[in-house]
Amino acid sequence: MANQESLAAANPLLETNPPLIRGVQEYHAITQAVSEISENKTPLKWYILTSITGLITLMLGGMLTYLVATGIGVWGNTAPVYWGWDITNFVFWIGIGHAGTLISAILFLFRQKWRTSINRAAEAMTLFAVACAGIYPLFHTGRPWRAIYWLGPIPNTDLNLWQNFRSPLMWDVFAVSTYATVSALFWFVGLVPDLATLRDRAMIAGNRTRQIVFHFLALGWRGSARHWRNYEMAYLILAGISTPLVLSVHTIVSFDFATSVIPGWHTTIFPPYFVAGAIFSGFACVLTLLVIARWALNLEHLITIKHLENMNKVILTTGWVVGLAYGTEFFVAWYSGNPYERFIFINRAFGPYAWAYWIMLTCNVVSPNFFWSKKLRTSIPVMFVLSIVVNIGMWFERFVIIATSLHRDYLPSSWGYFRPTYVDICTFAGTIGLFLTLFLLFCRFLPIIAISEVKGVMAEQRHPAQGVAPVPVAAYEPSGELLEVR
Amino acid sequence: MSDHVASEVSLLDAVIMPRLYKAFGINPDPSVFAAIAEFSDGPDLVEAGRKVRAEGYTKLDALSPFPVHGIDDALGVPRSKLGYFVICTAFLGTFAAFLLMWYTGAYTGPHIPGCDLIGMCAYPQVIGGKPLFDITFGLPIMFELSILFAAFGSVLGMFAINGLPQLYHPTSNYSKIAGATDDKFLLVVEATDPKFRAQETVDFLKSLGASHVEIVEDK
Repeated sequence: MANQESLAAANPLLETNPPLIRGVQEYHAITQAVSEISENKTPLKWYILTSITGLITLMLGGMLTYLVATGIGVWGNTAPVYWGWDITNFVFWIGIGHAGTLISAILFLFRQKWRTSINRAAEAMTLFAVACAGIYPLFHTGRPWRAIYWLGPIPNTDLNLWQNFRSPLMWDVFAVSTYATVSALFWFVGLVPDLATLRDRAMIAGNRTRQIVFHFLALGWRGSARHWRNYEMAYLILAGISTPLVLSVHTIVSFDFATSVIPGWHTTIFPPYFVAGAIFSGFACVLTLLVIARWALNLEHLITIKHLENMNKVILTTGWVVGLAYGTEFFVAWYSGNPYERFIFINRAFGPYAWAYWIMLTCNVVSPNFFWSKKLRTSIPVMFVLSIVVNIGMWFERFVIIATSLHRDYLPSSWGYFRPTYVDICTFAGTIGLFLTLFLLFCRFLPIIAISEVKGVMAEQRHPAQGVAPVPVAAYEPSGELLEVR
Repeated sequence: MSDHVASEVSLLDAVIMPRLYKAFGINPDPSVFAAIAEFSDGPDLVEAGRKVRAEGYTKLDALSPFPVHGIDDALGVPRSKLGYFVICTAFLGTFAAFLLMWYTGAYTGPHIPGCDLIGMCAYPQVIGGKPLFDITFGLPIMFELSILFAAFGSVLGMFAINGLPQLYHPTSNYSKIAGATDDKFLLVVEATDPKFRAQETVDFLKSLGASHVEIVEDK
């Protein structure tokens, strides 16, 4: 141990660039740490948490039933704010999802090895967030079982009508459903080798039910070199196509606003602005979930402070991009010379919704700056609080964009003030419950960390390739003892 | 008399059939699937794979819990052809999106008989004075469907090329197969290999430093 400390002290690189996987450097240790979460007896706290989030999800069911039975008048949407919390929450949840795809696809293309410990959970979060997002457009139609004919190009004999493909709302349907499908495919492909691991462990343990379930889910994966070759190619292609996809999704979501002629919406800055905001809020949400999960599931050696610190750096960067976008919007509103545009921005900051605007600005532009300090961005309590603060801020951003632009339009006689009803509030709370329930189920039944990918990173740590920059600065004994610092 | 027949059969077994099997690469003993050698880390597997291939074996495979760097070159696994398939599906998606938007919104040709029975008649309609079809508004959906089709192409294509789902494979008869998805690296020399001789191959694999070598049967 003394030797380890002196070695670590001798090389400041170990401080600035610590190894991605700590603890025992054995492949089996990773298999064991991740698999046993779903193999052990369900802990009581899981039942307690899932009951609470399950009850909140039931409330969502109740609210949606009430909505369908009564009509969408139960929401607060009314003249002049016809787009209220439904689309705010839709954009909010879609945005949350973007971090998962960013981690799984873009960081993969950039060969950021630290993604491997967090990508599985982040991708799962993407799926659940998109599921929550999908509820709003589906139910705002009032008759969700008929929405498939309005939203999807399904041949139908009763209407004999097709969609209007000139509408950005139609593009949005295609973008979001493609996004959900591709995310699910990507997630499943990543899961297959780990499902095979769970299958084989169930075989050794003699758990027949688990063995049969995972036998079918793993599709007979056996880790053949010939299979890995195609698998890695498929993974690379999926990462390659998901990267433009994730950028396109929030771009098209922003087209819902930007192609209209409403002041405050009709701007060319929206696509990059929305994408940056989505990554910002998504990383914050991944952080919130992982800080809890790594602690509750004893995965601190796999999801290390370095992973969390890297995410905080992304939050800091995207926070500044979002701040820059806010400033640019204001500047362009003034520079355009358009009186309506100028009015809407002054009204945003000083009008009836000023409180929401300043909450947004404080949470999104001021709060991430704490992460300039290394001490603060490596502090678990600080990052946990800030990640929630950022998501509150990002929810308010969407609300500010939607409500302030609509509530005072060209005609002062139709000005109004949007107030959510209890159905709005309970529906939103319900989707948070649904999101958490799905995440808890995922944590309980599936490998929360990509076992095979983390082993690949560990292999590089154990056998650094020649001619590669010394990213794994420390060589480890299989026992976890520090052998040498390069 | 009986001795005479026996010697005839053994001549066929000992000389002719092995040569035929060798010529056509057929597994002479269908119950034997392969010899599997176990290693405890990736570089050992790659090193052993390289030596086995240098020895002249060709029907090789490796089972590992994660993709081992360099194993494809060591075993002579060819480059994945998946990309060619995926690019085709991507363009199919582009075309499908174009066809969907153009036909449903801009087809003004003759009435297609029977289309009304299945609800698939074109319905051109001018909305907002915009053209019936134009690439500018068609682009987002053409892009999205290209991605969607490419994603299905890469996932389904990958599984199809790999021959999955496959719920039984002879390698699962290896006594410690569970290690292959945990922390063991298995080198598989299939019995259909012309150079395969059960005992010789096992001895050779043992000489490469395998911690365990086993003849695996195809039950």
